[in-house]
Amino acid sequence: MKHLTELLTAKRATSFSEFLIERLIGLTGLSAIALVAMIFFFLIREGVPAFFKVPLSSLWSTRWYPIEEYFGLLPLIAGSLLVTVGAAIIALPLGLTTAIFIAEIVPRWVREFLKPLVEVLAGIPSVVIGFMGMLVLAPLVRVSLNIPTGLTAFTGVILLAWMALPTVVSVVEDVLDSVPRTYRDAGLALGLTRWQTIWRIVLPAGRSGILTALMLGVGRAIGETMTVMMVTGNAARIPRSLPDFFMSVRTMTATIAAEMGEVAQGSAHYHVLFAVGLALFVITFLVNAAAATVVFRQLKRSERMLS
Amino acid sequence: MVLLSLAMIAGCSRADTGDSEVAVVTIQNKGSDTIVNLALAWAEAYQLVDPQVRVAVTGGGSGTGITALVNGTVDIANASRQIKDEELRAAQANAIEVRELVIALDAIAIVVHPDNPVERLTLQQISDIYSGKITNWREVGGEDRPIVLLSRETNSGTHVYFLEEVIRLGQADDTTLFSPDTLLLPSSEGISAEVRQNPNAIGYDGLGYVTPDMKTVDVGLSFEGPFWSPTVETVNAGQYPIARELYMYSTAAASDAITTYLEWILSPEAQRIVLDLGFIPVAATE
Repeated sequence: MKHLTELLTAKRATSFSEFLIERLIGLTGLSAIALVAMIFFFLIREGVPAFFKVPLSSLWSTRWYPIEEYFGLLPLIAGSLLVTVGAAIIALPLGLTTAIFIAEIVPRWVREFLKPLVEVLAGIPSVVIGFMGMLVLAPLVRVSLNIPTGLTAFTGVILLAWMALPTVVSVVEDVLDSVPRTYRDAGLALGLTRWQTIWRIVLPAGRSGILTALMLGVGRAIGETMTVMMVTGNAARIPRSLPDFFMSVRTMTATIAAEMGEVAQGSAHYHVLFAVGLALFVITFLVNAAAATVVFRQLKRSERMLS
Repeated sequence: MVLLSLAMIAGCSRADTGDSEVAVVTIQNKGSDTIVNLALAWAEAYQLVDPQVRVAVTGGGSGTGITALVNGTVDIANASRQIKDEELRAAQANAIEVRELVIALDAIAIVVHPDNPVERLTLQQISDIYSGKITNWREVGGEDRPIVLLSRETNSGTHVYFLEEVIRLGQADDTTLFSPDTLLLPSSEGISAEVRQNPNAIGYDGLGYVTPDMKTVDVGLSFEGPFWSPTVETVNAGQYPIARELYMYSTAAASDAITTYLEWILSPEAQRIVLDLGFIPVAATE
């Protein structure tokens, strides 16, 4: 009898602690969602008044000079897109191939050495990268390309690609590592070459994870502030042709960082800066949504093929 | 025994009154961000001159400081511009008589790469360069190179001063803007780094930020000259054209402590600090 009571109390204690832990996990999970919702709500609350205070024709113009009430957002959006797309074009193939090299080609011990080395890159503070870009890369770009200044979109693209690289490499490498050994064995057993195994079997198997990695890389590039502020020159001009790639641009993030500190709260400028933040949020959301759709569609196709 | 306790009481009471005898006076000082470092350095140095007076310095901008003075919440307002008529009227409405003191001068130097052969520019040429009318150094007597314009961000007081007094040549109805190609750099160091290594660049900054590895351009009002280089002498003589006065405003009803502090600011000791921080002193530094 006594034994049974003890058992029951012990069980009740376990179920209580289990209950507590479950709730705690639920709470932390919800808080992450709540935080995003609150950020979104705050951005809307502070950003939407901009569309009432400043006429849409003014926002949709090409001149950004807020202290004289010029609030054209086009150069900022164009600047951010140019720098991000440029960084993605360089970082994604480079990151993907580096990850394949580390995960599939080199021996185990080299990999144990290379992967932490790549991850160290991710730990360098962006202001340090920006400073090096300003003092080393910018002069190099100017002299080697013979252009008026080294503080250009191109310089920003190189640095951003460099910063997005460790994220892409690290995540893709993990994804490839999680593809079962048997897949490769099966491929080789069927007489495929090593390259065919990687390209036709391993990569498609890790497709959704790879896409996530690429999106993380793009997210790193579009959200980066300090580095682009230091090396892109921040001239709010619209890039119209290829040579403009080697001219200065002003990104949305750099604009918010440079101007938010001094702006009078509640002024038109203040609300427009939040509207810029809102635009940034929407763009990031669209990019992620697009990626998710692609993953989802391909999943369905592979299910079809298996059935 | 009685004697001893008396001595103890005396000792205690002296210790007690110790704080109230050295009553600390606090002077509230607020305003221009350009001046805030200078005001802080002065406040710190004044601790040694008169430990009974504390000067509390805050920034916020010239307008903020003057408004606070008019509302009677600060004792001294720092301003990098002269008080406006409407601010004076507001002060009169509050029965406050404003006293003005020029505390230092701030010269803005035009800087280029040391290898740039251009020695001198007129104000009109600088205005045309920054508004985008002149885009090649050849047009102002230099090499055949594109001009890369450098400026501080729009939140800098120096940016606004440069727009109003140089690009618009002081004309209030002029609406010329910086050329959209102007690179807006977040720090003085950004401008210095680019000017040092790029022979195409032109920049402007407070004289205190100019280092020997940059070249300052002489500035004149017309092509015939004369042209002046930005130095303590030319600014003091009122010759160098891109210089402004920095002010401290107080009231006629100011206490002795405030009056003494303002007098000390024009002393050689305080004016040497002006020189150390890269501004131009308005009184003797010896």
